[in-house]
Amino acid sequence: MALTLALLIQGAQMLLVLALAPLLTGFLRKVKARLLRRQGPSLLQPYRDLLRLLRKEVVLADNASWLFRVTPYLVFAATWVAAALIPTFATGLAFSWTADLIAIVALLGSARFFLALSGLDVGTSFGGIGSSREVMIASLAEPAMLLIAFSLALVAGSTQLSTVAAYMASPDVGLRVSLGMSLIALVMVAIAENARVPVDNPATHLELTMIHEAMILEYSGRHLAMIELATFLKLLLYMSLISCLFVPWGLAQPGDWAGAYAVGAMTYIAKLGVGGVLLALFETSIAKMRVFRVPNFLGAALMLALLATLILFVARSI
Amino acid sequence: MMAGVAALLWGVAGLLGTTVLAMAISRRTFATRLVYSATLALCFVMFAVAALHLLGGNADDSKLTLPLGLPWIGAHFRLDALAAFFLIVVNFGGAAASLYGLGYGRHEAAPHRVLPFFAAFLAGMNLVVLASDAFSFLLSWEFMSLASWALVIAHHREPSHTRAGFIYLVMASAGTFALLLAFALLAGPAGTYAFSAIRATQPTPLVEAVVLGLMLVGAGSKAGLVPLHVWLPLAHPAAPSHVSALMSGVMTKVAVYAFIRVVFDLMGHPTWWASLVVLFLGALSAVLGILHAMMENDLKRLLAYSTIENIGIIFVSLGLAMAFKANGMPLAAALSLTAALFHILNHSFFKSLLFFGAGAVLTTTGERNMEKLGGLIHRMPLTSFVFLAGCVAISALPPFNGFASEWLTFQAILLSPELHQWGLKVMVPAVGGLLALSAALAVATFVKAFGITFLGRPRSPAAEGAHEVDRFSLTAMLILAVLCLLTGILPGLVIDALSPVTTALIGSRMPVQLAQPWLTTVPIAESRSSYNGLLVFLFITMSASLAVFVIHKLASRAVRRGPAWGCGFPDITPVAQYTGTSFAEPIRRVLGTFAFRARESVEMPPPGSLEPARLRVEMHDLIWEALYQPLVGAVEYATTKLNYLQFLTIRRYLTLVFGYLVFLLLVLAIWP
Repeated sequence: MALTLALLIQGAQMLLVLALAPLLTGFLRKVKARLLRRQGPSLLQPYRDLLRLLRKEVVLADNASWLFRVTPYLVFAATWVAAALIPTFATGLAFSWTADLIAIVALLGSARFFLALSGLDVGTSFGGIGSSREVMIASLAEPAMLLIAFSLALVAGSTQLSTVAAYMASPDVGLRVSLGMSLIALVMVAIAENARVPVDNPATHLELTMIHEAMILEYSGRHLAMIELATFLKLLLYMSLISCLFVPWGLAQPGDWAGAYAVGAMTYIAKLGVGGVLLALFETSIAKMRVFRVPNFLGAALMLALLATLILFVARSI
Repeated sequence: MMAGVAALLWGVAGLLGTTVLAMAISRRTFATRLVYSATLALCFVMFAVAALHLLGGNADDSKLTLPLGLPWIGAHFRLDALAAFFLIVVNFGGAAASLYGLGYGRHEAAPHRVLPFFAAFLAGMNLVVLASDAFSFLLSWEFMSLASWALVIAHHREPSHTRAGFIYLVMASAGTFALLLAFALLAGPAGTYAFSAIRATQPTPLVEAVVLGLMLVGAGSKAGLVPLHVWLPLAHPAAPSHVSALMSGVMTKVAVYAFIRVVFDLMGHPTWWASLVVLFLGALSAVLGILHAMMENDLKRLLAYSTIENIGIIFVSLGLAMAFKANGMPLAAALSLTAALFHILNHSFFKSLLFFGAGAVLTTTGERNMEKLGGLIHRMPLTSFVFLAGCVAISALPPFNGFASEWLTFQAILLSPELHQWGLKVMVPAVGGLLALSAALAVATFVKAFGITFLGRPRSPAAEGAHEVDRFSLTAMLILAVLCLLTGILPGLVIDALSPVTTALIGSRMPVQLAQPWLTTVPIAESRSSYNGLLVFLFITMSASLAVFVIHKLASRAVRRGPAWGCGFPDITPVAQYTGTSFAEPIRRVLGTFAFRARESVEMPPPGSLEPARLRVEMHDLIWEALYQPLVGAVEYATTKLNYLQFLTIRRYLTLVFGYLVFLLLVLAIWP
């Protein structure tokens, strides 16, 4: 019985993230448009875009290889699995023990590995520029993310996300300097990983300023739909991660009655809404930086995360 | 119980016999096939014997003393859990290389320069691991070094190879010299050469410190630990590719074996500050190795530099194991040591695979330079597929095996706040950060290695005319690729198999993994974490197939081929593609300015001139310039000055001899 319930919650969560991800991006775009005093597209526009892309035929470059055709599905699968393992409205997911935070970071790394390869596959300069810049950003963002995982694991005594989230929701956490630093670092990494302003501009159409978009320039049709969906999922993933770690209130615990799950789902959607508004505000109030300023930005995140870990190491003995 | 070690020594004798046979027949046409078949069979049998010993739950060690070597002492050989594990690594790598060699060796222009030394090299590595006294150990070590040196200069007509051979010879001699001193100190004034006697005596702290330093020089230089790594990226690529695979994938592990044997077994009580040094050198090797690899455009040198990175990761785990052991935390020490051994096994799999792949590319195109390759995925589909598997594994991406062992290392790092010493408390998080950085850079490096070599459009006629390689090579690579995946999704099997080694060296082991539900990997109870490679693999496969199925069924499955889009501005010539140098440019600008003092300058032609503009990139190998060049300079200075002594008159020589005699007598008189 308990197992069926856990499986049910896991399944519900997998579908929930998939269903909500385009909505979050649609909401973000809408808020950004309103902040710029535009009407903006409908909230449902990302769904329509996806459907339209799915129905179109794929135009493949002449020398595109099998890797190019497999990558969209791999990227989508890895991102989906990673997103499904992050607690959204309830902790104690049935499969939360399969992959801890380190494995989730590495899963996203796998997705990026294949995406960067497919950028090189066709052999155009834009794909190359996108891939090389993406791996440069990742090579700084990923260690920062791992150090954030270290600092959280040191506080909660585990790298298991459900355990960490349950610990964060308990009253014995308190305010900690290192947690504050990790939060700031995590937000910075999330901005970079999701190719948001000021690191990258998801809405740009000027080739030389693109990073993520340049890498996937050759994709079309259902392949592009898969990659877009993975991008939406990744944004949702990072928002769920930040919310389950730093604002874990409302998360249903295993053994709660059904109402707690409903409350959990409502608060989760409310948290996503707040996150979306904050991100839109931040993005409209800041300009995109030059590519080679990004290392400074990410270096700051890396240093903050390192400092947070170091403080925890040293504080253990006091 | 001596059957195991006797069988293995017969195997070594067989390998040495193959060496002799190869010398006799190496110019015949059938020699290549015969020698590699023989080494394949012998290595496989020895692998099976070692695996049976490790997995068979054989608690007793298998010992044998032969009346060879030094008189009255004899040559001691012993097969314990640690030796059995390393023999598995050595002989599996040897068997894979022999299988690959069956196909690859046919293209060898001078088989008589390769075949005898190949078998001898395998025999040497086996003997080092089996040896159980200082004399046979050093003799086997030197035999292994010389055999591999002969293989490095097999193609001696290329000037870069002779230079590589020379530097390797100098570094190997220096390393053996350090080992000689280390064992002399361990043997003590009584001259107890046998490992059993050394193990029984407890050295003083001073001796222990000096031995550790000497082991770091001796074993570290062979393993490629920074700053003693300079020979490695020169020598490993110079050898034929299956030998490169053995040197990178296996011989560096034999060096790690020597380190583990002395530090964990013979001395047995590591001090905490010793772990500090090991951690520092390991982290430095990891980051510098992978940064060098990222900048490299020669495929085999890139792989050699990445070996330095992986050796760094292994030494970090070993350093953690030392720190935990010194602090009386046996469980955590067992976890770190398991992580190190697991990574040793994994690295031997994927590095052999990658070198085989590079060898396949080299055979069919004649190119090692990535800037001249490209588009091979269409021409060598199978090779590129297995090479991709190796790249994913070495980049520590789940669900492959590289991730499983690095995950264990990270879990060990997370246990280290319990360590007592402040030095370690500050060092370990920094090391963790550097390890994370090197893991991320490894992803970038192998995107470059695979992307520039196999993807895109061919950059030269040689790459255009490439074709798939022979079946033997493909089989060897395929087996390794499957093993990379299997050990990645079932890490529990390996961890359980390693438990006798950690029990013998630390006195503790990780929890039984096969007893866990769903074959989940759990480090130790304190870390409260788990990872399940099998389920991650299943989930990814299932969701990807689900997506493919749903989309192809419900949406569209139409495909049209057309010219590349490239924003409506397609590059006409393949030369305009991104190259290895341009791919590395962002990271060179971010990290290279600091690590290599990289500078770029653009030379623009004067206005109106039709000459091309040129981009010049200047990079420095700071360790070579700061450490080795002054040393070389000093040696040259001294030899030039001493050269004067060669041309003296007889009177001056006599005076000199007389003066020296007086000096020696004075020293003797003053000596207390």
